[in-house]
This record gives sequence, structure tokens and C-alpha cells, in this order.
Amino acid sequence: MVRYEGMVVISLHVNGENREVAVRPADLLLTVLREQLGLTAAKPGCLNGDCGACTVIVDGWPVKSCLMLAVEAEGHTILTVEGLGGTAAVHRAFVDANAFQCGYCTPGFLMVCHALMTRHPAMPGESVVEEWLASNLCRCTSYQEIRSAVERMYAP
Amino acid sequence: MNTAVGKSVRRKEAWDKVTGRAKYTDDFPIAGVLSARLLTSAHAHARIRGIDISGALALEGVKAVLTGADCPELFGPLTRDRPALARDVARYAGEPVALAVAQDDYTAERAVRLIRVEYEPLPISLTPSQSLARGAPLIHAQVNGYRKNAPDIHPEPGTNIAGRYRIRKGDSGNALRRCNTVVRQRFFLPPSDHMAMEVRTARAEISSGGDVIITTSSQSPYSVRNELSEAFLIPAGKIQVRVPFVGGGFGGKASVMPEILAFLASRRVGGKPVRLTMPREQDMAAAPGRIGLEADITLGASKDGLIHAAELTYWLDCGAYTDISPYMTKAIAVDCTGPYHVENLSCDALCVYTNHTYATSYRSFAHESYTYCIERTLDMLADRCALDPLELRIRNAIRPGSLTPTQVECTAALTGNLTECLNRVRQLSQWNGGIATPIKKDTVRAMGVSCFWKTENPPTDAISGALVTCNPDGSVNLHTGVVEMGDAGQTHLAQMFAEKLKIDTDKVHVVMPVDTRTAPEHWKTVASLTEYMAGHAVVRAADDMLCQLRAIGSQALGCPAEEIEVAHGRLYSIKNPERFIALKDIVRGYKSATGESIGEPVLGRGGYMLKGLVMLDPETGEGRTGPQWTLGAQVVEVEADRKTCTYRILSASTVIDIGALLNPESMRSMLAGGMAMGISMASREAFSYDAGGIPRLPNLRTYKIMHIGQEPDYRVDFVETPDCASPYGVRSYAEHGIIGMPAALGNALSSAFGRQLNTLPLTPETIWRTRAEDVHDTL
Repeated sequence: MVRYEGMVVISLHVNGENREVAVRPADLLLTVLREQLGLTAAKPGCLNGDCGACTVIVDGWPVKSCLMLAVEAEGHTILTVEGLGGTAAVHRAFVDANAFQCGYCTPGFLMVCHALMTRHPAMPGESVVEEWLASNLCRCTSYQEIRSAVERMYAP
Repeated sequence: MNTAVGKSVRRKEAWDKVTGRAKYTDDFPIAGVLSARLLTSAHAHARIRGIDISGALALEGVKAVLTGADCPELFGPLTRDRPALARDVARYAGEPVALAVAQDDYTAERAVRLIRVEYEPLPISLTPSQSLARGAPLIHAQVNGYRKNAPDIHPEPGTNIAGRYRIRKGDSGNALRRCNTVVRQRFFLPPSDHMAMEVRTARAEISSGGDVIITTSSQSPYSVRNELSEAFLIPAGKIQVRVPFVGGGFGGKASVMPEILAFLASRRVGGKPVRLTMPREQDMAAAPGRIGLEADITLGASKDGLIHAAELTYWLDCGAYTDISPYMTKAIAVDCTGPYHVENLSCDALCVYTNHTYATSYRSFAHESYTYCIERTLDMLADRCALDPLELRIRNAIRPGSLTPTQVECTAALTGNLTECLNRVRQLSQWNGGIATPIKKDTVRAMGVSCFWKTENPPTDAISGALVTCNPDGSVNLHTGVVEMGDAGQTHLAQMFAEKLKIDTDKVHVVMPVDTRTAPEHWKTVASLTEYMAGHAVVRAADDMLCQLRAIGSQALGCPAEEIEVAHGRLYSIKNPERFIALKDIVRGYKSATGESIGEPVLGRGGYMLKGLVMLDPETGEGRTGPQWTLGAQVVEVEADRKTCTYRILSASTVIDIGALLNPESMRSMLAGGMAMGISMASREAFSYDAGGIPRLPNLRTYKIMHIGQEPDYRVDFVETPDCASPYGVRSYAEHGIIGMPAALGNALSSAFGRQLNTLPLTPETIWRTRAEDVHDTL
């Protein structure tokens, strides 16, 4: 186990690039992404792992970046909405399904859905979709629109 | 020609929101921005005997620590009864007591933990009943000593009553005595939270020239400006409020709160930029939430189910400070019967202080709460009269010629068509007649219906505005003071403008962030009034622009202005459409082939002020408070397990008279979203308080809102009875999906369990307790 003290310089592999950042051992991955790298798509909705607005993809899995320390992310591959480049199927699916209103939870949902499609290249059953998406909260939509976005993502 | 209105135009900011580019208040760089953190009261009611800030001030990186002594000003949109930081007395658990300003978040957080407060606990009151009981602690010693911003608010000295509204129509006492069916019920609805996914956050700085610059997640940028100006005696023009995208508001961000604290912090550190972000726990416990409500409802009817009289008392739990609650109390009174014709009516609505977190507007301005009480009682009446609950509602539905509680005469244009909504929701929901059907042992399916209506309660002089500038490609920029928080309001405004100019909606660029110095004032982005108020302003700006275009076109084409038509990005004479000028060649003034300059740049201006609204008569409540009504009918279907008191919501249906369907897709999804919020609130949401009035673990781990997999099948349909006084006939709709959902769910579950469920939230435990009281059941 690595022991970090004071400010440390770590290298994060984010959206296909290596980025060096100086962090405190206690800094959250979310804070470092947002405040040091300017990747503000991931949102601080609760800082308690309850809402999923901060979800990013780490090594192919959706991770709540408020529950991960930046130092823990060293050596892993991090993907944020900004890294999807606007070309992933999930963007258009959400736009076409009108699957957001205020948009605050949207980056988190996008990352869960994108990881879902990476792990399950064919549309999985309803219970799998629910299991994956129940990690995130949306206060604006009825969720029907987000379900529809998942379907559209698989059948654009 | 229909170019834009009525089409499912995609929201303007859609792609920014799905690529992470949409910027919210906390998404701007924070280098050089100080952090402020709150210490909140550990007691629901306590005298503050002393605060020791020395430990916090000694911490390296701490710039300042503020307490109530630093801010003598009081705040509140109606009654100025709330300090920014508690002075002498804390009146709810979570009330801001001190504010630490430091170089970064974690230093500010550490500083807060070093502040020592000595409290002397005081007796508490947690419900309106307790607050109104003899010997109740007075939460404000001098309720009438506060400055008031409105003349129709009358706190009652020596009590916890912060305001009272009366409705008297006909003779309810006599009429009730003549009714052969009378039902009376008590209701208790506890407070809950808005739970916008973005917590409240604000940034303040003061320029060297004394300009106060606030960036905030607010629905009311102009109120932020006005309240700061009035409280701190700063000329309004010296205050600039900027609002980027807002991550959900639901009424909760209409209240001015974090902005005041951020301003105080910045002022204290010489105007340096300071950010105050409220952690989720404080966003729930310190910042205002949804009202609680107690009610006593008596309805009298003849055997055929026709209601002849109603006596209604509503006690609104506004918490420790009034904020906008007196007007929510008024709003309840104004629509107190629901959309039914009731000739003899007596209603008292009281706004009562308690030691709960103070309340503010919540989606539908208290309509979801009183509707629960009325609609549950209607179901009991239907049961007593052996009538289908839906049929009972059709019999009593408000019609043209009926008088509202405040004696406004209903017309199809003003109020809409409830009977049609009820008939349509019968089909949409496949209504079962209101009879619970056994599915298997212990399992039943049941349906519940609820109607809703709502008029608005804005200030009688609320204003809005629109400014339109032009681009060299013939497209336009639409500036309004409307905040984008998810309701697609600005997209709808763009559609209205495009329709007028007969151009594509893509040619109308909306300026999403609001800046009070550049956008014309829009009262607040609340009350679902964007399409009505800002819509009027936008239509006027379009007319203004057309007028200017015709004048220039007339000169350029040499034909009378009346003959000029504008469509498809061109301007031409209707007599000779072949001769035209492209809009792009004329919006900045016209240059003829010979180089002659004609006209001037075109600028569209539209101002709007509400007209014809009055304050209620203090004795009878007579008077019109809002520009229009929107009504509708909703049904919820459940499958319930009678043994375990658990249930699953199968479907939820809404038919709303929307006036005109401006944008089918966005309007449908706003309504479904409102329905989801209503079901979530009614089925599981409430603050849990301990005996001392302290909310237990206010966070999203314990306060559960609905997640995917729990939602029913949502069905939405529309009736379109245009409101002739509204732009394109559209009615307010953005809040309305929520209103009847708790009641429809409550009616479905009451039917399923054969019990009167008069308390929220409708958790298995609440349902079991109701049964337990009735049948002495045990676990």
C-alpha cells in the first residue's frame, strides 16, 4: 500500500491523456477532475455516494467519483462525459428521448449508460438495466424518458 | 402558416447538457475564490448564550468568521422576520448560526468545527396544532414588530399565527344543516424537501467601484438584487446578479438565502470573491423546504352527490420563518375547494410558525397539499353516496358560470374544461369504477382519481420583458430574464417568436444565462408563468420588430407598409412576392443598390405587466389573484398486498387542459416529471425528526426519492381549450403534473386497504399504523 503525505504529484489517465496534478491525499477524484482539470461535467450532488451525479467510468466500470480518492485513481483509466467527445451513441439517445430537463444528473446517467453498453454490447433485460441505473437519481424526469434513451442507445 | 408553435422543437440547450458543456454556478474556475461554510443550530429552539470563534480564527487560512452580531438586517420577501445568521435565538435545527470564510473548502470546514456555541434550549413546537395550543412557546415574541413588504399580511400578536386568509361565500352553516350527507376528516401532511439535484450555491464579490456581483443558482435573480438592495441599502443598479444553468429548482431556489450569506462573507473580506455551497445535509436542513399542512375538511352534499356546502380549515406549517408562506396560505384559500362548484363555502387558511426548517414555494405552491385533503374527502363522500368517485367529480365539476371560491366567474377560456378531462382520463387510465379488485389471496388492484386546478398568486404588478437583437445572417438573439432550470421555457419562448416572424426556431438564439444588467426584468421563474408572462413580452417584441421591418421595407420596396409580409426569412409585398429583401439584408438597416442607406438597425422590445389582479377582500376573500387557471384530472392504479401493507404503483395518468399544446414532447415530459415528483413525495418523502425536533440524518441515503425501477407507467393526454388572453392560448402547466398525484395515490391505497389514509407519506408503516389503530393488529 502506498502511503501519501502532504501534497503529492500524481498522474491521472483521463480521457485518453496523462495529466499531472498536485493533490492532497484526502482530495476526492471528483474535486480534482472538476477543480484542477476543469472537467466539470461530473457533479457534486451529495458527496455521499447516494445520487450518482458524479459518476465517471474507471477501467470500464461506472464509479461515483465522490467516493474515490484521486490518489486511488492513479494507474487507472478514467473516462468522463467530456471524453466521449460528443460522438457516443448515448448522447443522441438522450437528446432524442428528451431524457433530461435541468441536466444536472445527466452526465452521471450518461456514464452509467455508456458503461452499460460497453459491458453489455447487446441490449440486456429490464432487470439488468434497472440494476445499473438505480444507482443514480433524477428529480426532473419520470425515468420513462431515461429508459427510452437506453433503448435508443442500443437501437439508434 | 405554422412554423414553430405546436411542434416538438428540441430544447435549445440539449446538446450542451449531454456533452457536459452546460455550465452551472459551481462549474466556473475557483482559483482565487474563498470558501464559506456554515455552522448550523444543533437545537430546534434555543437561546444563544455565547459564541466563541477564537479557535476558528486562529486556524491558518481562515479569513473571517461571522455571527449574527455581524448582520443586524432581517430578510424575507413578505415579512422581514429572518436573520441571515441567528441572533440571540435559533428557531430551527439547521438554522445558520455562524459563517467561516477561508482559503479553501476544507479549511472553512475545519474552522466551522472549531466554533463553540453555548445554547440554552427552549420549549419547541413541531406542528401547527402544537403552536396554536394554549401555552405554546412563542416562536417570535413580536410577530407584529417586523417590517412587511406587502399590505395583506397580518400576523396576530401574542400567537404563532403569521397570517390568515378568509373565504366566505353563501351561508355554509345553514347549508350544511340541510345536507343529508356530511363528511368530516382531519389531515396531517408533514414537511418534505425539494431535493433539486444541484444544491444551493452562490458566489459573491464586490468590485473596487462598489458593484456587488452575485453568481447564483436561483430562480429569482431580480429578487436577489431587490432583497440585497433593500436590506443593505445598496442602489439596485449597483447589484448585478448572474444565473447560469440551474440544476433544478422546484420553487426551492425562488427564496433568497445563500446569496445573502455569500454577500456578507465577501463584504467582510474586502469584496474578494467568496463561494458558499451548501452541502446536501444543509441544503435539506438549513435551506427552506416544503410546507407541512394540517386540515379539517367538512363537505355537505345531497344524496345524488351534489356538494352544497364546505367548511374548510387549513393550518400551514411554515416553519420558523415566513418566507413566501403567507402567500401559499392565500393560494390555498383562493383555490380551496378544488375545481368544484360549491355555493356555500367558508374557508380559513392560517400560516403558523413552528420549529421546523422554514418553508418556501414548492412545485405547485401548496396545491399538492390541500388537494390531498379535498380529494380524499371527496372519495369518502362518493362512498357515502354509493357513487363512482369519478362520476361524483363530473357531477360537481366547475363549469362556465360557476364562481370560484373568490367569486371569479368561470368561463371556458379562463378555467378550461374539467368534464372533458375527467371523461378522457376515464379512457386513458381504463378506470375501474373505483372498486378494488382481488387478484389473489391478500392482493388487490385499486385505482384512485383526483382532479386539480391552480391559479397563480403573483404580485398584482409582476413584470416581464424581452429584447431581441439581430445578426447579419438574419437570425435573432432573444434576451429574457427567464432562468433555464429544466422546464424548456426559453425554448418555448423561441417558438413563440419564430411563429410570429415565420422563421425557423433554429434562427432564434436564446441567451440562456440571465444577467440582471442585460436581460429585461422577469419577476421570477416561478408559478409556471414563463409562457404567459414572458410569452406576452416576446410576442410584443416580435410585433415591435415586425413594425420596424415593415417601415424599412416600405421605403426600400416603395410600397405601403400594410402590404409588407415577413415570412421564410424574407420581406416582400403581398402584391408582388417575387420582389423581396432577405431579412439578413434589412435587420441592420437597408442599403439600396445605389448605396443609399434606409432605416436603422432593428431592435425588438417587449414589456409586459400583469393587469386586473387585486388583493383579496379581507372578509369574504372576493377578488382575482391570478391571470388564468389550469385544471385537469389524474388517476393512479396500484397493486397492494393487504397483509404486508406494501404496494406497487402500476400506472399514473394525467389529462390536463393545457389551452394549447405549444410543444407536445417537452410539455408531456414536464407533466410526467411532475407526476413522478408527486408520487415520490407521497409514497416515501418526509423529514424524520427526533423528539427534540432535530432532523435525523438529512441526506439522500435516508431520505429516499424514487429511483428507476420504482416508477409506474406514466400516461399523459391533453385537452386544448384556449385561454384567449394568453399567447397562443397556452395555459400554465409546468408545475401541474404533481398536484393531484398524492391524492390519487391516497385514494387508490385507501380503496385497496379499505382504510382512510389521511397522513403522508404513504409508506407501508403509515398504512400499517392506520390499520393497527383500527383493528388492534400487531406485528
